[in-house]
Amino acid sequence: MDRFNRFNSGETTLTRIIVVTSGKGGVGKTTTSAALSMGLARAGHKTVVIDFDIGLRNLDIIMDCERRVVFDFVNVIQGDARLNQALIRDKRCELLSILPASQTRDKEALTREGVQAILEELSQDHEYIICDSPAGIEGGAMMAMYFADEAIVVTNPEVSSVRDSDRIIGLLQSKSRRAENNEPPIREHLLVTRYDPERVGRGDMLSIEDVEEILASPLIGVIPESESVLRASNQGIPVILDEDSRAGQAYVDVVARLTGEERPLRFTELERKGILQRMFGG
Amino acid sequence: MALFDIFKDRDRQPEGTASAAKERLKVIVAHERRQRQQPDYLAAMQRDILQVVRKYIPIDYDDVNIQIEQEGQVSVLELNVTLPNEVIER
Repeated sequence: MDRFNRFNSGETTLTRIIVVTSGKGGVGKTTTSAALSMGLARAGHKTVVIDFDIGLRNLDIIMDCERRVVFDFVNVIQGDARLNQALIRDKRCELLSILPASQTRDKEALTREGVQAILEELSQDHEYIICDSPAGIEGGAMMAMYFADEAIVVTNPEVSSVRDSDRIIGLLQSKSRRAENNEPPIREHLLVTRYDPERVGRGDMLSIEDVEEILASPLIGVIPESESVLRASNQGIPVILDEDSRAGQAYVDVVARLTGEERPLRFTELERKGILQRMFGG
Repeated sequence: MALFDIFKDRDRQPEGTASAAKERLKVIVAHERRQRQQPDYLAAMQRDILQVVRKYIPIDYDDVNIQIEQEGQVSVLELNVTLPNEVIER
């Protein structure tokens, strides 16, 4: 196989390029990118996760490699470093690498040709390429989705997030490489995060069924609202490594579904609390 | 706090706020999906038409509905302007 033919030859490679996107900020894109890439790598798949948030890099600190960044995405595009010099091998899982975003404000640095060349090179020896999109619908977000085969649309059960997700789904369907070349569309997966069955039970939070109905996208998982997410990011540990946490376990299920396994949803039903717990909180 | 939360929960109306969220989302999402199918100049055209109508009749932005429908080989520009009641009665 030729070195740079991923997008031109029409040949299908085994590599799956998956963008994690949402439109709205703060819904859990980076948390999800970190968790899924770690989960895929731990399941034996060679995986790289790329931070597309130029100027506001954060994947590195979520994954505890912020002090190991020497070269970044933009350095590679501009030819100042080779890809191998910029890739950071995860200390916990050798099948996982991280390509950090640059901290300079020069967003124009992400050229389509440059991104394509990097994705093609990474496709040579990775099974999964996870693209962590910035919020918004500007250049970085559009670039993160452009070359994707699949998309994980991260949505909170809340009006502004659902609305923005619908907007992003529209862009996935019209502004991607696949759409422009009349190829089969990007496969969408809806991931509902910060889900709180108790509030849904009280009628004060959109249910999974509500969100699915409005967005009409297939659901790949539901991550429950969980204190473990903040605890994990505090320490730079992808939450999927916290095996006791419900959010971590829910991400494990998502990884399994991504790789073709069928798993029932968990943590989406109301747990009955004891009377003491109800009285004293917790 | 938690002790009082129990009683607060009892007072809550059976119908929560999620149903309002769902209804509002359905409307805006359907509206925005329709707009996505339309050419970019349509929003500008809608504003222009609004200004013309407003010279004579007080209406809101929402009262002008404009879209292009594809019917076989022809495209139809469909324009709906909802006028306030008092204008019709006059």
